[in-house]
Amino acid sequence: MMKSDNDVVITGIGIVSCLGVGKEPHVSVLSGTEAIAPRVETERFAPYPVHPLPEIDWSTQISKRDQRQMENWQRLGVFSAGLALDDAGLKENAELCASMDMIVAAGGGERDIKVDTLIVDEGLKRNDREALLNEKLTTELRPTLFLAQLSNLLAGNISIVHKVTGSSRTFMGEEAAGISAIETAFHRIKSGQSTHTLAGGAFVAERADILLLVEGIRAHATGEWAPLWSRSPDNGGGMMMGSVGAFLVLESRAHATARGAHIYAVIDAIEGDRGNRDEGRLEKRLTRMAGLAGSVEDTVVFSGASGVVELSVREKTVLEQTLPGAAIRGYGGLAGHGMEAQFPLGLALAALSLDGATNVPAFDAKNERPMAKPAKRAVVTTVGYTRGEGLAALSADA
Amino acid sequence: MSDNRFKDHLGRPIVAVTGMGVITSLGQGLQDNWAALTAGTSGIHKITRFPTDGLSTRICGTVDFIDIPAPNSVERSYAFARETTIEALAQAGLSGDFDGPLFLAAPPIEPEWVDRFALADRAPPAQREADAYDRFLTAMRERPDPAFLEAVQFGSISERLADRFGTRGLPVTLSTACASGATAIQLGVEAIRQGRTDRALVAATDGSVSAEALIRFSLLSALSTQNDPPEKASKPFSKDRDGFVIAEGAATLVLESLESAIARGAKVLGVVKGLGEKADSFHRTRSSPDGGPAIATIRAALEDAGMTGTDIGYVNAHGTSTPENDKMEYGSMLAVFGDRLKEIPLSSNKSMIGHTLTAAGAVEAVFSLQTMLTGTLPPTINYNNHDPTIELDVVPNVKRDAQVSAVISNSFGFGGQNASLVLTAEPA
Repeated sequence: MMKSDNDVVITGIGIVSCLGVGKEPHVSVLSGTEAIAPRVETERFAPYPVHPLPEIDWSTQISKRDQRQMENWQRLGVFSAGLALDDAGLKENAELCASMDMIVAAGGGERDIKVDTLIVDEGLKRNDREALLNEKLTTELRPTLFLAQLSNLLAGNISIVHKVTGSSRTFMGEEAAGISAIETAFHRIKSGQSTHTLAGGAFVAERADILLLVEGIRAHATGEWAPLWSRSPDNGGGMMMGSVGAFLVLESRAHATARGAHIYAVIDAIEGDRGNRDEGRLEKRLTRMAGLAGSVEDTVVFSGASGVVELSVREKTVLEQTLPGAAIRGYGGLAGHGMEAQFPLGLALAALSLDGATNVPAFDAKNERPMAKPAKRAVVTTVGYTRGEGLAALSADA
Repeated sequence: MSDNRFKDHLGRPIVAVTGMGVITSLGQGLQDNWAALTAGTSGIHKITRFPTDGLSTRICGTVDFIDIPAPNSVERSYAFARETTIEALAQAGLSGDFDGPLFLAAPPIEPEWVDRFALADRAPPAQREADAYDRFLTAMRERPDPAFLEAVQFGSISERLADRFGTRGLPVTLSTACASGATAIQLGVEAIRQGRTDRALVAATDGSVSAEALIRFSLLSALSTQNDPPEKASKPFSKDRDGFVIAEGAATLVLESLESAIARGAKVLGVVKGLGEKADSFHRTRSSPDGGPAIATIRAALEDAGMTGTDIGYVNAHGTSTPENDKMEYGSMLAVFGDRLKEIPLSSNKSMIGHTLTAAGAVEAVFSLQTMLTGTLPPTINYNNHDPTIELDVVPNVKRDAQVSAVISNSFGFGGQNASLVLTAEPA
């Protein structure tokens, strides 16, 4: 592909998952000879297995004072964003941070589970529940907790901690938020509306208040961990959540080159869509989006499949048909499903793999074929566990 | 063929507004809202949605006259946005699939307390401290509840709007706190300027007032406690202002490239000429004391519009009625407009409709356009106590006739969110 000044390139990667902190442990997994067994927490939220946060020294990115203003969800996002800025060589560049655009894919923050328990327990004994609510919420809620819960305060905290202040936009809506964040950043840079954008998201799986939501449709897997494509409807819904922070610094090629930044990969195309999934409509949309991939040779597919059994099978079938010969890697099997962070995580892994020219080992050896040689192109997909689909095509910066 | 009439000073497509719809506590639809707003009527009332015993704030600007199938934030926010979108599309003369992208500003949502209580009722008894959610999970595992999930998914509202109105692609649901409505407009304008689409549907909605929402803002001392009488509580820029009044509402704007609007013979209601934003890194709820980011935001909007302060004929202020916002907004405007500021009429719709939070930026953009279309400046009501540190022409208490061709509309929010829009009348 011809190089252009307005190519959208990835120049910074900030990534945290159960596999580790920062890009090194992730590169190591992507270049290993065989699949590793990921860390899984099976006790704390039994019967639901989740991929936990690795050990993190928050202080390397966030002052103690600022840490106290947040709960783990915001901490994880701010931390990962800081890693991405560091990686791009922009952390100490006050001028470029002040002009940097930002799009954050966010859910909501942690509830105070003690207070919620106190209220519902008291409610079981009383029939004036609304009065009870007023009484307890006014006395028990910590005023600052509201700010730790507000969706746009993850971005707000990134502004405060890292001084990224060009613009600040927060997208919501589960996986689709992550897809739209990258898609919007891509089009803004491509058209010259932005020169450099921090985009990504964070998700904390180790939260009973979050598990409860997806259990509304029994989406979560139960019992022991199983590789992504090997999950069965006999053990819950198939989805295993993972705590994930994934941020990217995206730049126009001209901007990146002018400051001598390292380019991990180029985003060639990206699209998000949605709609009814019945009667082959999902397949039709995914097939159309897969057309963005261009050549199918030398391609590795990072599939963000959630693990929800039927959906994952349908996605894989389309990918095998439309991108024959491409190696498929379901990264949610290793890191868990990172919801808003899922699509950014896929782009981060794809960029690391292209940059390192790695032979990515199968993550689910029974269902994923080995790669003969490193890929020059990558496709990243995310099919939302209830709605929304996205696909990006990347290439190495040859 | 494009021609220069359809391009702005930077060669970008000019973005027109061809349809508007609005709901606030004053009523449904632009006509009713405008009549009330220009008559200086307040929509602020006593809270009836939930008991207010023991609460320091007992007033609000909720919208309680739209039918909803279940009392939760998603149903309410969706219903408001559906109604304003129907109105906007009718005004734009569009029917059938919209076939352009959707940008939706929507409130962050959480399970309703009534649903938590219901789960507690059917869950096993407590086994240890702070185990409510483990018990809820047991109950949910036994009997899944897809309606519960749908009521807590952040993507639920845009999903329904996309289906109902046939928008194209993946809709964006966004939150930039009190600037959300303005950000949604910004995203729509950007998409058209990118040449990705000829039209964009922009909606902003907020039906999320609940006891917990009210108490949270109350604990941050953000709300007015002047409960009696309710309609007098919101008094932006007055000396005795003491906080905002929490409210609900929605607005929809149909954005189109001017070229496409003219080509299909649509009536152009106004133009979104410029947009500006700048995040504040000072504090989670407070603005930089020097107003730097707000000043940069207003200047960026003017620059994007290719205009200067002297071109602006009216300001639709953020004007929340909190002591801090109004002072900061005044200071920022003074820095941008200088001595001329006191000659520019400025009013705050929030004096009558309260703070519609997520919806505010879009609701106030609709009213800004209507100001230019009708030649009437809506007043800032409850302005009886002059604040000597804020020298502004707030169009006090009574509407004023004035032909205005360019308006600036400000939105500032928690989390350092700042956005300003420059709206102009139909190009000659």
